[in-house]
Amino acid sequence: MVDVMMEKAPEKVMWAEKMVYERPAALSDIPTHYCPGCTHGLIHKLIGEVIDELGIRQRTISVSPVGCAVFMYDYFDVDGAEAAHGRAPAMATGIKRVQPDNIVFTYQGDGDMASIGMAEIIWAATRGENITVFFVNNAIYGMTGGQMAPTSLPGQVTGSSPNGRDVEMTGMPIRMAELLAGLPGASYVVRRSVHNIQTIKQAKKAIRTAFQVQMAGAGFALVELLSSCPTNWKMTAADSLTWIKENMVPYYPLGDYKVADVVKTLNNRGK
Amino acid sequence: MAKELLKGNVAIAEAAVRAGLQAYFGYPITPQTELLEHMSARMPELGRTFLQAESEVAAINMVYGAASTGVRVMTSSSGPGISLMQEGLSYIAGSEVPAVIVDIMRGGPGLGNIQPAQSDYNQITKSAGHGDFRPIVLAPGTVQEAIDHTVLAFDLADKYRTLVFVAGDGMIGQIMEPAELPPMRQPAQTRPAWALTGADNRPKNVVSSLYLGAEKLEALNKRLQAKLQQIKENEVRFEAINTADADIVIVAFGTAGRIAKTAVTEARRQGLRVGLFRPVTLFPFPSSQLEKLAARTKAMLVVEMNAGQMVDDVKLAVNGKTPVQFYGRTGGAVALPDEILDQIILLDKRYPAKKATPNGQGVVISVA
Ligand SMILES: Cc1ncc(C[n+]2csc(CCOP(=O)(O)OP(=O)(O)O)c2C)c(N)n1
Ligand SMILES: [Mg+2]
Repeated sequence: MVDVMMEKAPEKVMWAEKMVYERPAALSDIPTHYCPGCTHGLIHKLIGEVIDELGIRQRTISVSPVGCAVFMYDYFDVDGAEAAHGRAPAMATGIKRVQPDNIVFTYQGDGDMASIGMAEIIWAATRGENITVFFVNNAIYGMTGGQMAPTSLPGQVTGSSPNGRDVEMTGMPIRMAELLAGLPGASYVVRRSVHNIQTIKQAKKAIRTAFQVQMAGAGFALVELLSSCPTNWKMTAADSLTWIKENMVPYYPLGDYKVADVVKTLNNRGK
Repeated sequence: MAKELLKGNVAIAEAAVRAGLQAYFGYPITPQTELLEHMSARMPELGRTFLQAESEVAAINMVYGAASTGVRVMTSSSGPGISLMQEGLSYIAGSEVPAVIVDIMRGGPGLGNIQPAQSDYNQITKSAGHGDFRPIVLAPGTVQEAIDHTVLAFDLADKYRTLVFVAGDGMIGQIMEPAELPPMRQPAQTRPAWALTGADNRPKNVVSSLYLGAEKLEALNKRLQAKLQQIKENEVRFEAINTADADIVIVAFGTAGRIAKTAVTEARRQGLRVGLFRPVTLFPFPSSQLEKLAARTKAMLVVEMNAGQMVDDVKLAVNGKTPVQFYGRTGGAVALPDEILDQIILLDKRYPAKKATPNGQGVVISVA
């Protein structure tokens, strides 16, 4: 068999080099500190790609939270501020009000936004601040080592709910997208996930729309993203993605909670 | 520009506007509310930013955001609101962005009341938030001074990239008197190199107070301390009246200093050699100037509208060189000139005059 093949002169194969993946210019060329399997990094990548695609890197200003994403300003190659715990929407308000031509986004965890920073996010949405907000819901206080979050599920075992979240004592987890969608000032409020290829693609589309809302001056846009925390959930990376699908998605249904008319017309314009 | 009859709070607000203020964020609280109200009309009129925040927590973080873009920005409040701002103040200090805070002090603790007091002295000069930082603190005693201090506050904030407080009390905020406003300065057209404006054809800028690693954070702290040293060397301000020959020196700031001035005039009329030393910067505190005076005086009387806060700094400054007596009223009560005069007379009787020692240093002769 081998001999037969050798007898024929080998045909010349032309290899056309084709770049299939590149680090987005909006992301710095440095490794992140995120744990293996954590989806914070993946969400950064999606945001970075969208910033590139929209051509807004030079005028974007990020506002980092206090939480696992506190070093986001290192990972994005855009101007960045680091806010106090929960106060990113207030800080972003201050920036955007004096720099309306910049694209300002915050990136906040569930503890940051839905617990200590509840007042600031409600009021940023109520005022219809022209900012873009990414709410990364991993149902846990990741950075402090896995305590109960406002979004931890009933019965979820965490460092501060060792017998499982007791909703009699702590109340039910907060659904931020639904809550904020009820505010007249919010223009675009959706929930997405990143637990498989399909949901990742949908998440990226929503991220793009959320930036486009701001670019059009159309008001407050928020994308909630269900995200994994294998380390503090004490699971493998693969199991944690399954856990999102089987446990988080039923309580936090994916979907569009508020798409104001002004946003619909944006989409109709094609871009 | 001619003098006009102006209320302290309004005068401070208008002075800030004319100093090139680009953004104001605040929350209503007595006795500073007229300041916020003036801003709500003036700033939009000039195409600048005014926003009534949902809380002082939000207000100071909005200030932090706007300050990060390199514009002149300010907020104003009173004790309870300043307490809520402390975390944000600390972030601003750690990030070295300039900002001006006006504190129109009222009686405390707790909700206290809305009458004038100087009860935030320790809070704003020593512990405006967690970690090692000290804002520059200016203490006006008249509406004119409140105007001048407001303009100065912005210049100092920009010069040192630091927090500057204008610390008035309810009296300064509410009083009306003739004063002259400064000419209008437009907000700067350019932004400092460190400001967040978008990484357009330059490396990105970051505004953060996070320094992981002991070495990095210690380096920041050393830089902050070096800056404070520079401020101590260059920015001390005070007023000394009749201190050259004084046996007794009253030390008082703001409204208390103003009332003490009347007491000094009356004491002089009665033949007592009394002077007034009025710290204008509460930080940096005029310590060495007080120390020099202490060598010549037989006693000092510290008068405050609180239970005794600045008196500790006076004692540290004079370092035992002269006895230091305290007289204070709290809860919104304000000492009258007569009360202060009574204290002077008591002190005068209690301490005989200092004898000059060969090296020029005074000695205190205690009486039985
Ligand atoms: C005022 C204040 N309180 C508490 C903390 C401690 N702290 C740091 S991160 C964090 C929780 C972060 O959780 P989350 O927002 O869900 O983000 P994650 O790390 O899960 O991404 C807490 C409580 C702090 N830094 N500041
Ligand atoms: Mg979390």
